Amino acid sequence: MARPKLAVWKLASCDGCQLTLLDCQDELLALAAEVDIVHFAEATKTDLPGPYDVSLVEGSVTTPDDAERVRRIREQSATLVTIGACATSGGIQALRNFADVAEFTAAVYARPDYIETLATSTAIADHVTVDFELRGCPIDKRQLLELITALLAGRKPQIPAHSVCFECKNRGNTCIMVAHGTPCLGPVTQAGCGAICPSYNRGCYGCFGPVANPNTASLIPQLARLGMSEIAIERVFSTFNVAAPGFSPDSRPARPGDA
Amino acid sequence: MTETQPGGTRHADGPFLMDVTALSQLLGALEAAGYQVIGPTVSDDAIILSELGSAAQLPFGWGVELAPGGYRIRQRSDTAAFGHSAGPQSWKQYLHPPREKMWSVDRSGGEFDVVPADEPAPRRAFVGVRPCDLSAIGIQDQVLGRGEHAGSRYAARRAGVFIVAVNCTEPGATCFCTSMGTGPEAGPGYDLALTELVSDTDHKFLVDIGSPAGADMLAQVPVTPAGDGTTGLARSAVAQAADQMGRSMPADALHGLMAGSYDAARWDDVAQRCLTCGNCTMACPTCFCTTVEDVSDLSGEHAERWQLWDSCFSLSFSYLPGGSIRSSDHSRYRQWLTHKLGTWHDQFGSSGCVGCGRCIVWCPVGIDLTEEVAALQAEARQAEAQQAEAQQAEAQQAEAQQAGSRTPGARAGGEQQ
Ligand code: SF4
Ligand code: SF4
Ligand code: SF4
Repeated sequence: MARPKLAVWKLASCDGCQLTLLDCQDELLALAAEVDIVHFAEATKTDLPGPYDVSLVEGSVTTPDDAERVRRIREQSATLVTIGACATSGGIQALRNFADVAEFTAAVYARPDYIETLATSTAIADHVTVDFELRGCPIDKRQLLELITALLAGRKPQIPAHSVCFECKNRGNTCIMVAHGTPCLGPVTQAGCGAICPSYNRGCYGCFGPVANPNTASLIPQLARLGMSEIAIERVFSTFNVAAPGFSPDSRPARPGDA
Repeated sequence: MTETQPGGTRHADGPFLMDVTALSQLLGALEAAGYQVIGPTVSDDAIILSELGSAAQLPFGWGVELAPGGYRIRQRSDTAAFGHSAGPQSWKQYLHPPREKMWSVDRSGGEFDVVPADEPAPRRAFVGVRPCDLSAIGIQDQVLGRGEHAGSRYAARRAGVFIVAVNCTEPGATCFCTSMGTGPEAGPGYDLALTELVSDTDHKFLVDIGSPAGADMLAQVPVTPAGDGTTGLARSAVAQAADQMGRSMPADALHGLMAGSYDAARWDDVAQRCLTCGNCTMACPTCFCTTVEDVSDLSGEHAERWQLWDSCFSLSFSYLPGGSIRSSDHSRYRQWLTHKLGTWHDQFGSSGCVGCGRCIVWCPVGIDLTEEVAALQAEARQAEAQQAEAQQAEAQQAEAQQAGSRTPGARAGGEQQ
């Protein structure tokens, strides 16, 4: 039986999620024994044509070219998995969605007329059908391996959609929001990281994006009561998942008082 | 030594007096007897449960300030070791752990080799079990360790546990064990129960024996029979605590109230505030729900089945083909509260709540079930009053009509006026 063909693609992104795959040091050889990696620019010059059994797509769509490319990748891929906040919600570069991109290009580039870009940075799922999304900035190594393993075995991946609080409790952490008064986005953020930040006494800042139906209207006043300023609240939601429904400026109460 | 009293009430022998150095000796004796000693200790600005290397790790001189959504440790004016209330974790961390392997399976050739995960559970001694938590252990025993579950992994872990309870003399602001009938005096189920007596000059414990194992253990520690004076002092300190609860609950009305509140408007109100984060269920010492996860390795030769804590607040918990049957926040909070306080009685013959207050404290937005219950009760009363009023009005109307039809003249007379 031919081994499944795996391709790793990159659109607008920092490469961090692809690096997570290389980071699987111990498991990388085992993985290489199970699949043929036929396209993975970060790791190998090998570049074989499709079709592909599994495509991992990193990055968001920010140019007309990207949009076209992701359509071609989709056509060639039996299973398409998006990896990371850029691919699943548009990434930090989606800050442009709430500003004027022409102003940005004018400020940054000497010849803005050379730049061809879209007004928005969008998730892959806004353009093509996605079979599975892996959240995070960057993604979690264990989740990536679990997903690939599950795909190879033809079983359901164990990627829970509950809040980060579940992972905190799983680790036996004392809740730092309650015991220390540290503002934390854990209750509205999807699990996956293993509650890294709260485990080191730092509030979750939401890099795995919102849970389904995040109740930010209730959490935001509590963040304010714990001393977070209006601007700090604005900023903590305006990071890697700024365009995700629930975190985006247009889908949460703007000020604590508006809840 | 006499037999354990049925139901575990106080042993005929005793009570005894033990000073604070003898407490160290008791912990040492437990360790020497092969127990892993677990008890409260300060870590990361909270009083957590952890394996204790020595009695010195107990939180001497530490207390807590409790509020909805807020917990702070504070220095006490005395050196009490157990002068604190329920903490972030409960004993279910040990008896019903957040993650446990159920079995694994290896493929060799065409065969499967299934290996049950029956790791021998360490024999544990729980030191400092508060009365509410002792009741909670009893409730989980009922759910996870009896009847068809008598052979469960829970039952195996539970069987070897030695319990040193502590009676409460200083309830927290979120405590309501008196309402739930679980404290402040430890009920059945302990091997030894302490009442801490601490003053500027003296630090002693009144010790009650609850089982032959407790008596054996105490025989290894220097104790003296307690005099009537000290015993009275200890008993009245515990009795007084009953009136100092920070919260209360109308325990006997709860089953009916929950059954009648399915359509209450209050569920919408609480759903506005609830984050459905699941903290309350995971902090609760009686919540027991789990999910099952199957994982395999890359080679496909090895697979494992794990049991993990789950919560009625997660969407996946009620996922059936087609979607989650409790998709609204409203329905998930309602499921939790009505099970905990209502249908738990039908299922397990008791309330699912012991009044420890953890769900109030560890809710990031401070949702307080006693407040929710009070609001549901007010709503039910109002609905009742409205219904009674409507019934009365109806009855009056019917009476008037009847009176009218019996005396035809009256209507005619009315028309004439
Ligand atoms: S620290 Fe944050 S993520 Fe952890 S339980 Fe508390 S609120 Fe949830
Ligand atoms: S009641 Fe509080 S702790 Fe429980 S799910 Fe709702 S917000 Fe979370
Ligand atoms: S419902 Fe709340 S108060 Fe009752 S036992 Fe559970 S955590 Fe304690």
